[in-house]
Amino acid sequence: MEFLFDVLVVGSGLAGLRAALEIPTSLKVGLVSKVFPTRSHSGAAQGGIGAALGNEEPDSWEWHMYDTVKGGDYLTDQDAAETLARDAARAVYELEHLGVPFDRTTAGKIAQRAFGGHTRNYGEGPVKRSCYAADRTGRVVLDTLFGKALERKIHIFSEIYMVDLLVEGGKAAGIITYELATGAVHTVRAKALLIATGGFGRVYKTNSNCFSNTGDGVYLSHRAGVPLEDMEFVQFHPTGIYPLGVLISEAARGEGGVLKNGLGNSFMTDYAPTLKDLAPRDVVSRAIDTEIRAGRGVNGKDYVHLDLTSLGAEKIQEKLSDISSFARIYLGVDTATQPIPVTPTCHYMMGGIPTDLNGRVLNKEGLPLTGLYAAGEAACVSVHGANRLGTNSLLDLVVFGRRAGRAITEDIETLSDPSPVKDAQVRVEARIKAIKDGNGAKPSDLRTRMQLIMTDCCSVFRNQTDMERGLEEIRGLKDKYRSVSIDNKGANYNTDLLDAIELESLLGLAEVILVSALSRTESRGAHYREDYPERDDHNCLKHTLVTAGSDGLEISFKPVKITKFQPKARKF
Amino acid sequence: MKVTLRIFRFDPSVDEAPYYQNYNVEAEPYERVLDCLNKIKWDQDGTLAYRMSCAHGVCGSDAMKINGRCALACQKLVRECEADFILVEPLPSFTVLKDLIVDLNQFFERVNFIRPFLVAGEVPEKERLQTPEERKKMGKSIRCILCACCTAACPVANENENFLGPAPLVQAFRRIFDSRDIQKTQRLEQLDVEDGVWACLNHYECTRVCPKEIPVTKYINITKGEIKKVIGAPPE
Ligand SMILES: Cc1cc2nc3c(=O)[nH]c(=O)nc-3n(C[C@H](O)[C@H](O)[C@H](O)COP(=O)(O)OP(=O)(O)OC[C@H]3O[C@@H](n4cnc5c(N)ncnc54)[C@H](O)[C@@H]3O)c2cc1C
Ligand code: SF4
Ligand code: SF4
Ligand code: FES
Repeated sequence: MEFLFDVLVVGSGLAGLRAALEIPTSLKVGLVSKVFPTRSHSGAAQGGIGAALGNEEPDSWEWHMYDTVKGGDYLTDQDAAETLARDAARAVYELEHLGVPFDRTTAGKIAQRAFGGHTRNYGEGPVKRSCYAADRTGRVVLDTLFGKALERKIHIFSEIYMVDLLVEGGKAAGIITYELATGAVHTVRAKALLIATGGFGRVYKTNSNCFSNTGDGVYLSHRAGVPLEDMEFVQFHPTGIYPLGVLISEAARGEGGVLKNGLGNSFMTDYAPTLKDLAPRDVVSRAIDTEIRAGRGVNGKDYVHLDLTSLGAEKIQEKLSDISSFARIYLGVDTATQPIPVTPTCHYMMGGIPTDLNGRVLNKEGLPLTGLYAAGEAACVSVHGANRLGTNSLLDLVVFGRRAGRAITEDIETLSDPSPVKDAQVRVEARIKAIKDGNGAKPSDLRTRMQLIMTDCCSVFRNQTDMERGLEEIRGLKDKYRSVSIDNKGANYNTDLLDAIELESLLGLAEVILVSALSRTESRGAHYREDYPERDDHNCLKHTLVTAGSDGLEISFKPVKITKFQPKARKF
Repeated sequence: MKVTLRIFRFDPSVDEAPYYQNYNVEAEPYERVLDCLNKIKWDQDGTLAYRMSCAHGVCGSDAMKINGRCALACQKLVRECEADFILVEPLPSFTVLKDLIVDLNQFFERVNFIRPFLVAGEVPEKERLQTPEERKKMGKSIRCILCACCTAACPVANENENFLGPAPLVQAFRRIFDSRDIQKTQRLEQLDVEDGVWACLNHYECTRVCPKEIPVTKYINITKGEIKKVIGAPPE
C-alpha cells in the first residue's frame, strides 16, 4: 500500500515527540516508531536535563555555553552551543508547564544537581545545573510528551519499521516501512520527513543502549547519499555496571559518589585536580581504563569501584533509587554499604546526520536537502563536538527537536508533493525474500563478531594498526552479510528478520566509524589515538564527513564554527 | 549451568492450539531470563517471538509470566529461578498475537482514557511552584513504566473485562495528587464508577508483581478515600 502525509516523523523518543508537538494539527502528521512510544530509549535517561536556571546557586547561560564548547574539546559548533545554552531555561520551564514532575527545592522551584563538566565562572568548580526527577528524568519527560501527543491526537503508528529511506533528485521522497504484526511492506510518502531514530550504541559489545538503538535512520540516510558527520566520536560513559553495561548515572557522582581503584584510592584527583570525579566523561573513562591497564583494577579485574556509601541510605533512596535497584537486582549489591563494580560502557554517539540549527539536513556541499530533517541523537548539529556533557542530550532533544518542528512548519508551503517511488518497495520486498532464502551465517553470529571487533579496536583507546585490522574484518563481515540467513520465514512478528535488517545498519555504521577514526590523526575528546596523543588544532580542527560514493566511502571535511571561545588547552 | 526453559508457543496464523516447547541453554547464574530467551532466538530457534528493548527494567517491553508470576524478563535472573527450570508464558488476560507477544491496544486505550497529561491553568513565566512535600504526594507513581504486569495479574481485571485496571489507576493517581493539576474533582469523578476504583477488591496482586515497586493497591485505596472526602459516599 501507499500512504501520503504532509509530515512524517520517524522515531518517537523525545526528539521525535517534541518535534511532532510543534507541527500544527492542520497538517497531516504521521509518527512511526519501531517500538511503542513509551518504550523508546529516551525513557532510560536518568540524571537530568541541563539549564542555567540558577535555582540552587548562581549560574549563567554563558557559563553553560562555555562548558559545552570546552567539554566538546572545541569541536563544538559555537553557534549551536549558544542556541542550546540560551534556550535551555525556556525549554525546561516548558517541560515543567507540560507536567514533568521535577524534584523541588524547599522554595518550590525546580531542584538542580551537579553533573560532569558543568562549572561556574568558566571552569572554577562544579555548579548545580542539572534539573532532575530522581534518577528517572528521561522516563518522566517521555511520559509527559507522550501524554501531550495523546492530547493532541497525533497519529502514532507503533511497531512499524522504516527499512528504506528515499532521496531522489536532492529531495526526500519517502520511506518504505515493514509492519511487525503482519509483515506488510508499505510505501509512505511525505512532503517533509524527520529522522529522529536515536543512537547506535549496539555497535559495541558493552553498552548502555537498548536493543532497538541500531542506528537505522543514520545508516539509511547515509545510504541515500547524506554525508555523516564526526562519526569517530563515540562516547564511553565511565560507569556502566560490570559486566552488563547497564548505566549508573553521573548523578551518582553529582550527589557525592567517588571512584576508587583496586588499592582503594580515589584516583580522579590525579587526573582532574579541579573537577575530580565530575570531570567530563572522556577524561573519566580514560582515567578508569588507565588504572585498569596499570593493574590497579579491583582484584586485578577489568573494573573499578563506584563508592556511594558515604551518601547514606536515605539520600540514596530519595535521589538514586533506580540505580540502586539496578545494583541490587543485577549484582546483589547494597549501594548504601557496598561499592558498585563499574567499567566504561558505550553510551552515546556525538556524530550523525549533519543539520543546520533548524534540523534541516545538510548535503556534502553544506546546503539543505529539500524535505529532509533530523533531530536528536541521530543528528549532528554539532552541539556536542568531540564529547557530550551529561544532561546536554535531553536538552538537545527538546531544543533542537522543537526547532526542527518549527522549520518544517515554515517550509511546508514551499514543499511539493513527493514523486511516486514504486521500484523501491519492490526492491525491499526482494531484499526480504533474499534474507528468508539466505544460506549463510546467522545475524547473531555476525553481530557478535562485529561488536567484539569494534570493542577491541575502536573504544576508549585507539591506534592505526588495530583500526586497520578492524576495518578489514568489518568489511569481511559485510561480505558475509550478503548471504545472511534466518530461521523464521513467517510474516507475523518476525523479529528474526528485523535482526537481520538492523544488522545491515550496524555493520555500515561500524565501517563509517572506523574510516572516520582512521582519518583523524590526533586526540580530541572521546577520540584518543595512542599514536597521536596530542590535540592538533592546526591540522584537525575540522568536522569529518563520510559519504557513500560509487566506489566506497569518501572523506571530506568542513570547518568548525568558532564565535566566542578560542580553542585552548583543556584542563579540569 | 544448564537451564531448561519451557515456553508457551502459539502462532494464530498456523497453529490450531497453543503448545509448550522446551529449550536448553547454557547460562550464568547472574544472567537474565531475557538473556536466555535471546540465546534461544539467536542460536536455536528464530521463530520465537517476544518484545524487548532496554534490557534493564525501564521500558516495560518484556513483561511476561515467568514461573507463574507476571514479571519483566530483563529483571528476573537465572539464579532466582528454582531448579534450573523456567516456565515462560505470555501475560494472562490479554489476547496472544504470537508466542509471548500480547495485544496491548485496550490497555493503552484505558491509560489514554484517564487523560495521562497535566491539565493546568495559566502558564507563568518561570516554573509553577510546588513544594517538595506536594511533590512527594505523587510518590512512586512516577516510576510506572506501563508494562501491564499489574493489570495482567489482577484477578478482578481477569474476570471483569470492563474494569479500568490498576495501571490506569496509578496513572490517574499521579495526576490527582499533582498539586499543579486543576481537574482533581473531574478526575476523581471519572474514577468514581462501578468499573473504576470501586471494582478493585484489594487482592494486592498488582502490588506484588509491580516491577517498579509501586504500592499500587495503597494508591488505589488512597484514591478511594479521596473520592469519599471530595465527592462523598460511593454508590450503593
Ligand atoms: C542509560 C542512559 C541514560 C541516559 N541519561 C541521560 C541523562 O540523564 N541526560 C541526558 O541528557 N541524556 C541522557 N542519555 C542520553 C539520551 O537519553 C539519548 O541520547 C536520547 O534519549 C536519544 O533520544 P532520541 O529522541 O534521539 O532517540 P530515542 O529516544 O533513542 O528514540 C529513537 C526512536 O526511533 C525509533 N526508531 C529507531 N529506528 C527506527 C526505524 N528503523 N523505524 C522506525 N522507528 C525507529 C525508536 O522506536 C524510538 O522511538 C542517557 C542515555 C542512556 C543510554
Ligand atoms: S488490589 Fe485491586 S487492582 Fe490490584 S490486583 Fe487487587 S483487585 Fe486488582
Ligand atoms: S504500576 Fe507497576 S506493574 Fe503496573 S504498569 Fe506500572 S510499572 Fe507496570
Ligand atoms: S526490556 Fe525494557 S523493561 Fe525489560
